[in-house]
Amino acid sequence: MSVSQLIEEAYTGLKSLVIGLGVTGKALTQPGVTVLYPMEEVERDNLVTYRGHVELIGKDEDPAVPRCVACGACVKACPSNCITILCPVAAKEGEEAGPVKMGPAPQKGSKTPGEFIVDFSLCSLCGQCAKTCPVDSLQFSDNPYMVSFDRKDFRIDLLARLRRMARDEAVAGE
Amino acid sequence: MNLEQLLSLDYPLTRLVIGLLCIFAFVGLNGLVLVWVERKVAGHCQLRPGPLHVGPHGLLQPLVDAVKLIGKQLVAPFGSDKALFWLAPLLAFAPVTVCMLPLPWGPDMAMIPMNTGLVLILAFSGLGVLSLILAGWGSNNKWGLLGAARSVAQSVAYEVPLLLSVMAVAITAGSLDLFQISAQQGGWPWQWYGVKNPLAFFIFLVCAVAETNRAPFDLPEAESELTAGFHTEYSGMGFGLFFLAEYANMIIVSGVAAALFLGGWQGPFLPGVWWFLVKIYCILFFIIWLRWTYPRVRFDQLLNLSWKWLTPLALLDLALAVIVAGFGG
Amino acid sequence: MQAFDPTALRGDLASARFEPGPTDDKLILSMGPQHPSTHGVLRIMLELDGEYILRAEPVLGYIHRMHEWMAEQKTYMQFMPNMGRVDYLHAMAWNWAYAGAVERLMGVEVPKRAEYIRVAVTELNRISSHLLWWGAYLLDLGAFTPIMYAFDDREIILDILQAVTGSRLTYSYFTIGGVYGDVPADFASRCLAFTRHLRSRLPMYRDLVTDNVILRGRCEDIGVMDVELARRYGATGPCIRGSGAPVDTRRAEPYGVYNRFDFRIPAYTEGDAMARYMVRMDELVTSCDIIDQAVQGLPEGPIQAKVGKTVKPPKGEACYAVEGARGKIIIHVRSDGGPKPYRVKLRAPGFSNLSVFCDLARGTLLADAVSILGSLDLVIPEIDR
Ligand code: SF4
Ligand code: SF4
Repeated sequence: MSVSQLIEEAYTGLKSLVIGLGVTGKALTQPGVTVLYPMEEVERDNLVTYRGHVELIGKDEDPAVPRCVACGACVKACPSNCITILCPVAAKEGEEAGPVKMGPAPQKGSKTPGEFIVDFSLCSLCGQCAKTCPVDSLQFSDNPYMVSFDRKDFRIDLLARLRRMARDEAVAGE
Repeated sequence: MNLEQLLSLDYPLTRLVIGLLCIFAFVGLNGLVLVWVERKVAGHCQLRPGPLHVGPHGLLQPLVDAVKLIGKQLVAPFGSDKALFWLAPLLAFAPVTVCMLPLPWGPDMAMIPMNTGLVLILAFSGLGVLSLILAGWGSNNKWGLLGAARSVAQSVAYEVPLLLSVMAVAITAGSLDLFQISAQQGGWPWQWYGVKNPLAFFIFLVCAVAETNRAPFDLPEAESELTAGFHTEYSGMGFGLFFLAEYANMIIVSGVAAALFLGGWQGPFLPGVWWFLVKIYCILFFIIWLRWTYPRVRFDQLLNLSWKWLTPLALLDLALAVIVAGFGG
Repeated sequence: MQAFDPTALRGDLASARFEPGPTDDKLILSMGPQHPSTHGVLRIMLELDGEYILRAEPVLGYIHRMHEWMAEQKTYMQFMPNMGRVDYLHAMAWNWAYAGAVERLMGVEVPKRAEYIRVAVTELNRISSHLLWWGAYLLDLGAFTPIMYAFDDREIILDILQAVTGSRLTYSYFTIGGVYGDVPADFASRCLAFTRHLRSRLPMYRDLVTDNVILRGRCEDIGVMDVELARRYGATGPCIRGSGAPVDTRRAEPYGVYNRFDFRIPAYTEGDAMARYMVRMDELVTSCDIIDQAVQGLPEGPIQAKVGKTVKPPKGEACYAVEGARGKIIIHVRSDGGPKPYRVKLRAPGFSNLSVFCDLARGTLLADAVSILGSLDLVIPEIDR
């Protein structure tokens, strides 16, 4: 290798280093791009498309009552068994009408869920449940900030949540 | 000898004690500040804010980190040589204090003025590598051992061009006294040796980065290759001391660079010590900036750079300096 | 109870093959499974002489999650979310490979609009995967800043894909015979804006990294893999394209609507880490080109073919190949006519690419091994499945 080649090599090498410094140096003078979470939040229209846990959709005429007909299709479709739906078991003939027993949906004669619980800690947010629901009663909430120290907090009672939301809505509407 | 004499600054022992105290305070404080600067520069280079929440702009973050480090349990791994293992971080710190002594902070500000200050610094900074070897060997860890082996080769390779480039300046100035060398330069950039002899300055800077094991020459720790190299096994303040020593070393090389190449304390308007600090921090900033820009070089490339490029160039520079000094004198 | 005596530890099956003899002065090193540059949980047994590698052997299985077995326990549609977890960086390609295999088995014709959307999201996902690889590779080489710039750009892709799929990483967007939901109205314009933005960022990437003399020193002539070697091990994707063979499933056996698009397949002949690097950087542009064409030509129409509520393919088997970010993904599905697959075989490109590492690493320095590993672009969950 001749001397001139060596010098050229050193020159291009050094030049590339200086250019690299220039790039980071320029970044140094620019404002940051991160969102400082507790003080700032991501814009709302970016959040609404983010899938939170699933939630029930209320009926148009009464938003506190879900459209769900307790058919149990979502329970079967879910790959991770997150959904539990309990309905009152119809009393067998001849049996005495004791305290109401709850059993997994679907139950004969029961057209509304008595209890609708989704275990968010198992959910993979795949959307199979919402896709299979025949009456479009499930959707993803836009609640990305779910934090808890307790596993139990992720077993979400969707019926209670729906009622709460409907009440809040009604209060806000007044 | 009476008490008055003992308390006077002219008495060497008193001076030494006070000087050491000052050094410890300065190194500790500066370590904190530098950690903050490092993380802030890193953050802003990467388009993020860096530490922000503890204190104004995260200024107190290093303090909290230090408290955390001190509070941690000190663990020595099984099968390690306990004595060497704990000696190493202390040894890393010891030369730092000595090297700080002859730095010329101002026209008449030094812990201990001596006419061979440069020799002292060069001699003691070579000790630093010893602690890395001990740490790597003592911790009974293969990564640590590899890191230690790397650090030896690296420091041997880079001490040579470093010495040569310093020599070139010393010959031009005709002195080994950092005060005299600084005094011979003026307050303006064109009077500095760094401008008069840019090659030596460049070589010194590269070697300084390599000597302090900073990226892109941070091979002894090389996080993505050797996990953490020589300090893989250190926790708590053992790690903290290495950390502090690294920053203290950076201050020393920057101080030497400022004194040798950037006119030391000299500058218009401001009193000396401020200029000196400004220059040190400029160099420190540059070193930090390098770290957040470049990938790490490979081991053999590092040695090639030293032996094939820097050493011959430094020799050439030295020869030139001798000729110029010969004709000038 | 016996006191714990660490000297009694004699390693495991993998390290047993690396026991040094009494006079050997070789260093046996277990790199990983927790090591900063093995990207998760890959473990590599190394036999070192100084820093030179005499023998290297990957040890797998630390994140084996039995995806193939899971497939046999779930219905066809229930297995789809798993595809996002096999290779979490290029989930769309796996989605496609599985959906494609089942569609081929059932003989379903996918509507054109769905095909175009599939192409667009898969290519977007490929870019995000390459950008992440770029940052992580440089992290391996000791440069901390580029990954942040890459993430800055990747964020835009994630936002676009989130608007389409609802998730940001482990997508489960494909369905048998279409896609889960339609794209929002501003999808095309956002994609076009993104490709324009990425093209304007590429010169910065080149200045900061590609041209950097230190990086070139770390990549050039490192881990040279010739075509023969790549063929022998079945390396695909950017790895074999870096060795001079422009093999790309999108061109070789076009699936979906890829034969309608005009794109270049980058290939380099050097076969070293730099060549693989350059292939990926060029593929960013290739993917941008494909996205542009796909969103501009997005036809109207349905996004879902008619398939029954329960997917029940007829007895038989089908195989579908897709070009993922890391190479050729093949999924083989066998059906016995029931609602659950009889057997699903996943062919992960990373597995073959990793196998080459033993050959490439021999005789190199430890630092080079890290560089080679990075240049193979390994995603360990995909390799272990
Ligand atoms: S989103 Fe998927 S995993 Fe979650 S509840 Fe619905 S079906 Fe189950
Ligand atoms: S599929 Fe829909 S209607 Fe049926 S149980 Fe689930 S939510 Fe209710």
